[in-house]
Amino acid sequence: MSDHVPKDNPYQPHLARIVRILPQIPDHRLFQLRFEDEEVARNFKHRPGQFVELSVLGTGEAPISISSSPTRPGVLELCVRKVGRVTEALFRLPVDSLIGIRGPYGNGYPVEEMEGHNLLLVAGGLGMAPLRSLLWYAMDNRSKFKDIILMYGARVPGDMLFKYELLGLLDQPDITCLLTVDRDDTGRWPAHIGVVPKLFDKVELDPKTTIAAVCGPPVMYKFVLQKLLERNFSKDHILMSLERKMKCGVGKCGHCAIGYKYTCLDGPIFTYWDVINLPEVV
Amino acid sequence: MKIVTLSKSNLLPFLEASRSFGELHAPLKRGEKSCAFAKVEDLADIQVGCLRTILPPKKYFMPPEQTMFAFSPQGYVPVNEEEGKRYVLFGLHPCDIHGIKILDLVFSGKYTDTYYFERRKHVAIIGLDCIPDQHCFCNSMGTYFTEDGFDLFLSDIGDRYMVMVGTSLGDDMVNASHHLFGEVDERAKEEFKRRSNARREHFAVDVETWGLPEIFDLEYESDLWKDAGDKCLSCGACSMVCPTCYCYDVLDILELNAQQGARKRRWDSCLFKDYALVAGGHNFRKERSSRVKNRFFHKQRGFVAEYGRPACTGCGRCIEACPADINIIELITKLRSETHV
Ligand SMILES: Cc1cc2nc3c(=O)[nH]c(=O)nc-3n(C[C@H](O)[C@H](O)[C@H](O)COP(=O)(O)OP(=O)(O)OC[C@H]3O[C@@H](n4cnc5c(N)ncnc54)[C@H](O)[C@@H]3O)c2cc1C
Ligand code: SF4
Ligand code: SF4
Ligand code: FES
Repeated sequence: MSDHVPKDNPYQPHLARIVRILPQIPDHRLFQLRFEDEEVARNFKHRPGQFVELSVLGTGEAPISISSSPTRPGVLELCVRKVGRVTEALFRLPVDSLIGIRGPYGNGYPVEEMEGHNLLLVAGGLGMAPLRSLLWYAMDNRSKFKDIILMYGARVPGDMLFKYELLGLLDQPDITCLLTVDRDDTGRWPAHIGVVPKLFDKVELDPKTTIAAVCGPPVMYKFVLQKLLERNFSKDHILMSLERKMKCGVGKCGHCAIGYKYTCLDGPIFTYWDVINLPEVV
Repeated sequence: MKIVTLSKSNLLPFLEASRSFGELHAPLKRGEKSCAFAKVEDLADIQVGCLRTILPPKKYFMPPEQTMFAFSPQGYVPVNEEEGKRYVLFGLHPCDIHGIKILDLVFSGKYTDTYYFERRKHVAIIGLDCIPDQHCFCNSMGTYFTEDGFDLFLSDIGDRYMVMVGTSLGDDMVNASHHLFGEVDERAKEEFKRRSNARREHFAVDVETWGLPEIFDLEYESDLWKDAGDKCLSCGACSMVCPTCYCYDVLDILELNAQQGARKRRWDSCLFKDYALVAGGHNFRKERSSRVKNRFFHKQRGFVAEYGRPACTGCGRCIEACPADINIIELITKLRSETHV
């Protein structure tokens, strides 16, 4: 059927098959997908921080960040939270079902410019989804980066996305992995307790050589930004990921406009400097 | 550019002949004083003197509702609602043509909107000059004149039209009825210059547009936005009638068997309440004032940053259509005076 699809139509999704579903935490699942068309699969190249438009036949589309790293091609991983029409319909689909994917869209992280720097990744909640792509990209290109520091917080241990994968990084020598929960309701949590901004007391940061990538809920941004500014981070060295309602993903439908920018084309990754100059950011 | 003349008595015969290039559409009478672009059955119905149509010609390129493709459990299949259907559109004023040029900018770029350009390439455009009324400010927006964006453009020079031939298709249309056209003589040139000047002097308003982006930045918190928000009804009429508003919504429509259906898009408006609502119920523009502001800000400030020109043609349609009397000319003028007290 895909041979009828005009190749130049940016709105026409490509068929992808759900090859595996990994339940993460309540209402969050990691979907592993593979494109049906070999050529589409081969040509799909993304950078960390980019997103796709995911279609569930008959229900609609939603923008979802790519959680897998381009250094590990083959399957595309999307970590999805069930919140509404499309995501609920997606959660009803069994393994082997067909869905639609178009993209990748958005600017993604400027990974080339980040090379040679220390990386500080700060995530809260579902904000880990796009940062996971950057994390594994950096780990797989380890020699291109200096220190890598990950700070990630969840409410309780049972709310932490990619928990086992990240716990495995705790004793790795080439990354400083700081995981925290607001509250330990298990009594067996091996890492930190407290909110994400508190983790800043645990590390030395050189603002001149470090680029920070922050992604999480609005409340977290507020306090994390404060910490970064206290440490004299340049506003250009703080990268944030913004969320907007999106319909087209390609700069046509107008929905994601913030001030002078389209989140889908100019973002979703913005520097803090860009953001403070845009109206209606939060 | 190739330029010829067409005597007024030859206009209808020419339009009749142009039907071989596509289905003829032109402004036809709708209400007491209003007209709309529609299919021409009887040439005598064409309102040659019509100023602004209710809807701009964008409806031919991005219809109010459009099917993007169909789907079944096996996947997505393209549908072409009007494959290859050709139109000849007569009677577009310079601001209408600028409106289309602005849409061309939006729908091209890194990602080409195939639906828009599929229709675009099947429409022949015959422009026609006009005399402004009190709501026109195309002189201020730099759109009262156009040197491209049409196949043919007709300017009234008394008993004849001066006809600019803009494209090879326009040339074909002239050649197909060459016996109806004449040469450009000295008298025609003189009359063209005289009428161009007279037309320029006819504008009732002159909105100063220099520095507008800065003014919008400076007056971002102005109370004028709050006043406008208090009046606005969030009806979205201003967006529907605007030649440069292009926002759309996307929806999947299922057939009764819940197996097949189609993905459609339809005109949307940033004045609607749920336009900027995201997961978790957060709305980036909950207040009506922030939505009114967003519309004007995007046109006069955001679009300039993105595309190097404002997304407003000065056609005055939003002024005429607004039930709450929100007037962009007034707003711009007041904003400017706020900045310069
Ligand atoms: C760049 C980008 C990346 C993203 N990445 C991810 C990701 O990796 N994982 C992920 O899970 N999500 C991600 N999202 C968010 C995701 O796109 C949204 O959650 C999306 O809305 C889900 O679509 P849906 O159809 O399931 O929900 P919708 O049906 O759109 O509903 C979502 C929520 O919107 C609100 N809502 C919608 N309509 C109304 C209404 N009429 N009245 C009141 N409230 C309403 C409700 O609160 C509802 O819960 C991303 C978003 C962006 C912009
Ligand atoms: S904003 Fe108003 S005046 Fe400007 S192009 Fe749109 S409808 Fe016309
Ligand atoms: S037409 Fe007037 S009342 Fe209606 S949404 Fe636009 S500004 Fe508001
Ligand atoms: S999502 Fe349509 S313009 Fe950005």
